[in-house]
Amino acid sequence: MVQGRSRRGIMDWQYFTELFLGGLTRGSIYALIAIGYTMVYGIIELINFAHGEVYMLGAFVGLIIAGVLGIMGFPAPAILVIAGVVAIIYCAGYGYTMEKIAYKPLRGAGRLSPLISAIGMSLFLQNYIILAQTSDFLPFPRLIPDFDFIEPIAHVFGSSDLVIVVTSAFSMAGLTAFIKYTKMGKAMRATAQNRKMAMLLGVDADKVISITFILGSSLAALGGVLIASHVGMVNFAIGFLAGIKAFTAAVLGGIGSIPGAMLGGLFLGLSESFATGYISSDYEDVFAFTLLVVFLIFRPSGIMGKAKVEKV
Amino acid sequence: MNELKKSIMVSLWFMFLTFPLMVIRVNTIENTVIWRWENMALIGIGSFVLSFVWRWAMRRKEAGDAVAASGEKKSGKLAELANNPALTNSFRAFFLVVFLVTPWLVTTYQTNILISFLLYVVLGLGLNIIVGVAGLLFLGHAAFYAIGAYSYALLNQYFGLGFWVALPLGGVIAALAGIALAFPVLRLRGDYLAIVTLGFGEIVRLVLENWSDLTGGPSGISNIPRPGLFDAKLSVADANIYIYYIVLALAIITIIAVTRLKDSRIGRALQALREDEIACEAMGIDRVGVKVMAFGLGTAWAGFAGVIFAAKTTFINPASFTFFESAIILSIVVLGGMGSNLGVILGSAFLVLLPEYLRAFSEYRMILFASAMVLMMVFRPQGLIPAKGRSYTVDDPELNAANGGRI
Repeated sequence: MVQGRSRRGIMDWQYFTELFLGGLTRGSIYALIAIGYTMVYGIIELINFAHGEVYMLGAFVGLIIAGVLGIMGFPAPAILVIAGVVAIIYCAGYGYTMEKIAYKPLRGAGRLSPLISAIGMSLFLQNYIILAQTSDFLPFPRLIPDFDFIEPIAHVFGSSDLVIVVTSAFSMAGLTAFIKYTKMGKAMRATAQNRKMAMLLGVDADKVISITFILGSSLAALGGVLIASHVGMVNFAIGFLAGIKAFTAAVLGGIGSIPGAMLGGLFLGLSESFATGYISSDYEDVFAFTLLVVFLIFRPSGIMGKAKVEKV
Repeated sequence: MNELKKSIMVSLWFMFLTFPLMVIRVNTIENTVIWRWENMALIGIGSFVLSFVWRWAMRRKEAGDAVAASGEKKSGKLAELANNPALTNSFRAFFLVVFLVTPWLVTTYQTNILISFLLYVVLGLGLNIIVGVAGLLFLGHAAFYAIGAYSYALLNQYFGLGFWVALPLGGVIAALAGIALAFPVLRLRGDYLAIVTLGFGEIVRLVLENWSDLTGGPSGISNIPRPGLFDAKLSVADANIYIYYIVLALAIITIIAVTRLKDSRIGRALQALREDEIACEAMGIDRVGVKVMAFGLGTAWAGFAGVIFAAKTTFINPASFTFFESAIILSIVVLGGMGSNLGVILGSAFLVLLPEYLRAFSEYRMILFASAMVLMMVFRPQGLIPAKGRSYTVDDPELNAANGGRI
């Protein structure tokens, strides 16, 4: 089956659409996580290595809440919404606390220390899940109902794909609006441009950084719950790969730029989907890593970014 | 009173934060929920106490920063002891004797632990050249460990090469791979470099996992021969002791080589590059050449360690060389003190020996490492034993009067 599929030609439109839509779903999740990376990087120039773990925590919190509510007999759509909201609240809390413990005391301590601290945080959260829950794969209940209207194309683009794409699109639009039109958003943009200057002008930089972590973590939690109910499995290790891929997406789009992260996520999702569809599915992860390495080496400013000239 | 209030808030916050994950365990197949309220109480009490410790440590750190800023430098007691030559020489002799005698006194299992301790010393010292001395954050060390291990396994499987031929070859292949990686990535800044090396490490592992025709895929390669001793047939226990001596020799060679490297022309060039690249280039240091050398020198040790690892376990698969492994080696370097060789040895002792002998805590091993990494960065970024550059004191009464003998 897989063999036959991979030999199909480029001109097979149905297969092409299938891959395209699959890539779209993947890409929106990557974009959701990538936004967290890019926002934090934009403001404090830190690669928040533990961001993938926040996504994983989101999936776990979602699973636990969904499990409890499921036993209490709530209907699936209500469970999805409540689990999503609770996961977002908790992950926002984790993001906030993580920043206060592991990154805030290190501000102004060079670049290596916060990165090592972030790696430590990432390992900490993984092992926290192993101790508090389990190191096995857990099944995640299917929470997204099958919509009737999508029935004809459900084998290509199911209702969970639809929910993922639509939810991601809405939350990203919401974030863009928040950054563009609110006072806090303006403060965030100012801090990203020049933290010292923003502080001189009365922006509370600590608060801005906290809000950044909270927003990024919320989006990651949303991504975690959505993808977990799409795939149907969660494990303590899912955050690592998702984190790296989302980081790749952020780099592709030009790290620090929020529209760039969205674009990068879609680009990575689509190219991964096409690469596995037309070339080989064995090397799916290798492909993402190679893209990351190649982009970082040859075009570290991303697809859209301009190369920064370092002045002495 | 204020302190108490703060701690109560922290404790309440953590109780809230950890509530779903620590308290509820849900089984979606059998539809059962287990409530573990005792965990919540533990978290509450634990975070209450820890918040006091945290604030105390924070105040101490700030006081320490203020002292450092006022120009008075006091070195720690450990560092002072480490710099007394008479003491260090007798310590070295003592430890050498202990390490030479130990395998005859303890069980094979204990020898095995010591072998892995020494392997981590070699790996850590290799990484220390790149991370500590040259200041390049390198997250793909396990890949070169894997390259060393697979070099031996594959050369043996396809060409029948023995351990003693493979040992230098493994080191050379790993060094060449390191140099090949170094050229493209050298232009990158600190954190990008870290991610690229991480990506490279994962690519190596994934290729080993997927290229089943050559490497045996996820099931790995088994029946790798142990090193031979003049055709003598060694029992497993004796072979183990033999490997122990090989690793010990390698570790000693590594320690000597790395110590001398640090004070050599290349070593000083690396340390200078770590501090300021542009100034270095202005002084005529070949930036690219020196950094490439650092990569090659660092990864070569990983290659040697990999060959010995393959010979010791006689079975290797890609699962032994995950990012996790790189993170452990990195935390050895970070905990010990970046750039400090004694620190790295102590760091591997902490990370390899302690968890082995404190079996009761083995479950908590990784979470303790991880917390140690974060706490170390927050409170003691220089590590257990900070690296110390060469310093010179001048006996000039006038100067002494002027600035207390320090230049």
